[in-house]
Amino acid sequence: MPLFHTEDQAMLADTVRPFLAEQAPVSHMRALRDADDRTGFSPELWKRFAELGLNGVLIDEADGGLGLGHVEAGIVLEEIGRNLTPSPFLATAVGAVTMLKAGSTAQRDAWLPPILAGEAVGVLAVDETARHRPERIALQAHRVGNGFRLIGEKRFVTYGHVADFLIVAARTAGSCDEELGVTLFLVERNVANLTAEADRLTDASLAARLKFDGVEVLQESIIGEIDCGFRSLTKTLSSLRAGASAEMVGVGSAALEMTVGYLRQRKQFGRLIGSFQALQHRAAHLYAEMEVARACVLKAEQLLDCGDAGAEQAVMVAKAMSGMASALAVQEGIQMHGGIGMTDEYDIGFYMKRQRVLAELFGDADYHANRLATLAGY
Amino acid sequence: MSDLETFRRETQAWLEANCPPEMRQPIRSEDDAVWGGRRAVYKDPAQKVWLDRMAEKGWTAPDWPKPYGGGGLSPEEAKILRSEMSRLGCRTPLSSFGLYTLGPALLKYGSEEQKLEHLPKLVRGEVLWCQGYSEPGAGSDLASLATRAEDKGDHFLVNGQKIWTSDAEKADWIFCLVRTDTLSKHNGISFLLIDMETPGVSVKLIRLISGYSPFCETFLDNVKVPKKNLVGELNKGWDVAKYLLSHERESLSGTGLGIGQLSLGEMAKRTVGTEADGRLDDPVLRARVALFEVRAQAFMAMSERFTDELKHERAHPAQPSVIKYFGTELNKQRYELMMDAGGSDALEWESERSLGGAHARAWLRTKANSIEGGTSEVQLNIIAKRILQLPGA
Repeated sequence: MPLFHTEDQAMLADTVRPFLAEQAPVSHMRALRDADDRTGFSPELWKRFAELGLNGVLIDEADGGLGLGHVEAGIVLEEIGRNLTPSPFLATAVGAVTMLKAGSTAQRDAWLPPILAGEAVGVLAVDETARHRPERIALQAHRVGNGFRLIGEKRFVTYGHVADFLIVAARTAGSCDEELGVTLFLVERNVANLTAEADRLTDASLAARLKFDGVEVLQESIIGEIDCGFRSLTKTLSSLRAGASAEMVGVGSAALEMTVGYLRQRKQFGRLIGSFQALQHRAAHLYAEMEVARACVLKAEQLLDCGDAGAEQAVMVAKAMSGMASALAVQEGIQMHGGIGMTDEYDIGFYMKRQRVLAELFGDADYHANRLATLAGY
Repeated sequence: MSDLETFRRETQAWLEANCPPEMRQPIRSEDDAVWGGRRAVYKDPAQKVWLDRMAEKGWTAPDWPKPYGGGGLSPEEAKILRSEMSRLGCRTPLSSFGLYTLGPALLKYGSEEQKLEHLPKLVRGEVLWCQGYSEPGAGSDLASLATRAEDKGDHFLVNGQKIWTSDAEKADWIFCLVRTDTLSKHNGISFLLIDMETPGVSVKLIRLISGYSPFCETFLDNVKVPKKNLVGELNKGWDVAKYLLSHERESLSGTGLGIGQLSLGEMAKRTVGTEADGRLDDPVLRARVALFEVRAQAFMAMSERFTDELKHERAHPAQPSVIKYFGTELNKQRYELMMDAGGSDALEWESERSLGGAHARAWLRTKANSIEGGTSEVQLNIIAKRILQLPGA
């Protein structure tokens, strides 16, 4: 499989690009922020995603989806990144859908149709600390009768406050840093003893802190096997990380393009500033970094789609590299825009804020570099 | 079973049967690589066996046409061959500069006679080529070169001096950029092939900071070069030169991949030591190595993408500059980290244990990576102008 988009994939990009550029450009996000919207996204737009079939990108054709892969999901996410579109696409169409593949028929029958219709949002709740540490799950699930009682907290759950269902990584056995003993529960958001508090983040998005104060769930709400959820959790995190990487490629590429566009039209000292070699070299270096990031993200997506044993590692490389390259893109973007880049009126600052959130989501470059080093045995 | 799957199986079986076990060991020093040439010296007889077997199949140049000695493989088959070789740990049978650079240029610009004369010898590693591009007064501003080639009817008379000619003292032939018109800068350059045994060609070694002398000065005094050795049109040599440079940039960037080398982490563990849990015993060094490895692995994907785009003719013509820039800067970082990780072991310059300071000398050698074949700054200029379309001064 050559490491570039197939014709079909290029066609998908040609459909998604104008769709998002018209329906949800940066001004859409700005309007939601200015209106102090507390949902975090536009439900109408989520419906439009469904009408285009995008919500089913990773859902099997037998279940009514498009039966495509992470490369295609990445194409959608790159455009979401480019336009800073607030959307539950990553959390739901990538995260929840990947998790539901390990779920029961009843779970899939209950949730895939509303996801496909753009009527449901489902999200993974994994983080418990300020830094991403999925190897440490402490939220307790005690067996009570024919079910379980959940006690603990989750945080940084994007769209967790408006989700219809949550997939919660909980501990049913073992100590907090053991892989064995992690169980995944599918929990409806409106159950008793579950409270969600939405925090506005730097980039104007909303993420929930969830308190499980003795939430009762049935045995049937387990996804996969009891105590053996870590494998599915890791697999879903890989999908989510690849998706966040693709979104960062979109964020970084747009920042780079805006900046190059600015260099081509801004004049100082009687010259276009883009003719100054000091700025040309910064822009060219940034371009090289972004190209490498783009390549390794596509590689990770392709490996995920063919079930390659090296996929997980490639995803870590992708998340770390795209995080570093897009961070440089937004930082250089503001520097090369000069004063206007510091204003709220100009969009480049939004890119910096969004990049920061995406870089943190599901582990930053330090986290993944550390994991890679451990896996490599040093 | 698909044709490609059959090809993969056959290739696997052939490599298993024909690649000598010695040639499946990682490359440890420069003389482990085979350069070929009339005066080739083989450190190990297995090197010659492996080269001859691969050359017979044309697999030292897998995707070149068969009539010129190549393997005639499709891009997909060539990729399978590469991946099977890497899976078995087979060494590259021939690391010939001419094969990577002059070969593609001759395929595109050479006459039929030139292709038939020179390409099969490149494939078999019989002729070692060097490159006569830079001059003392023409470095980054290569097109200002002054070596003259005067038209004398049946031959050119060449006079001038070339510098940084890699391995010129071992080379059999040199491909040269010469001035054939003094009135036009870029449109007054021609591309000539010159036999190093021609009277008037002489070579002087340049000692580098590594203590090695991989580069030479090459002097051309009244050298008679037959007209048939002109590649492409008269005064159009700059096109050939640019095309060839883009191939040189790709081959130089490959050094950033560190294929066949001991991993940095492993190396660091040996010298620095480990914690009880097996972690590298210096958290700051470990972090720097880890972040480097992220970039190195990401760059492998970039190289793969570029190779794929090239084979399908969809790479941006300036993309080799991105590869060259990133790959060579990465390679310099790799060796800086290897020196950090090696501690005082890495500083040894003469001891047998250090293979004569191979480590330190290799580190110093990498400093040229971002200078030769167009400096990093020249690559950034190319990216800025040709890809980002930023305005000229």
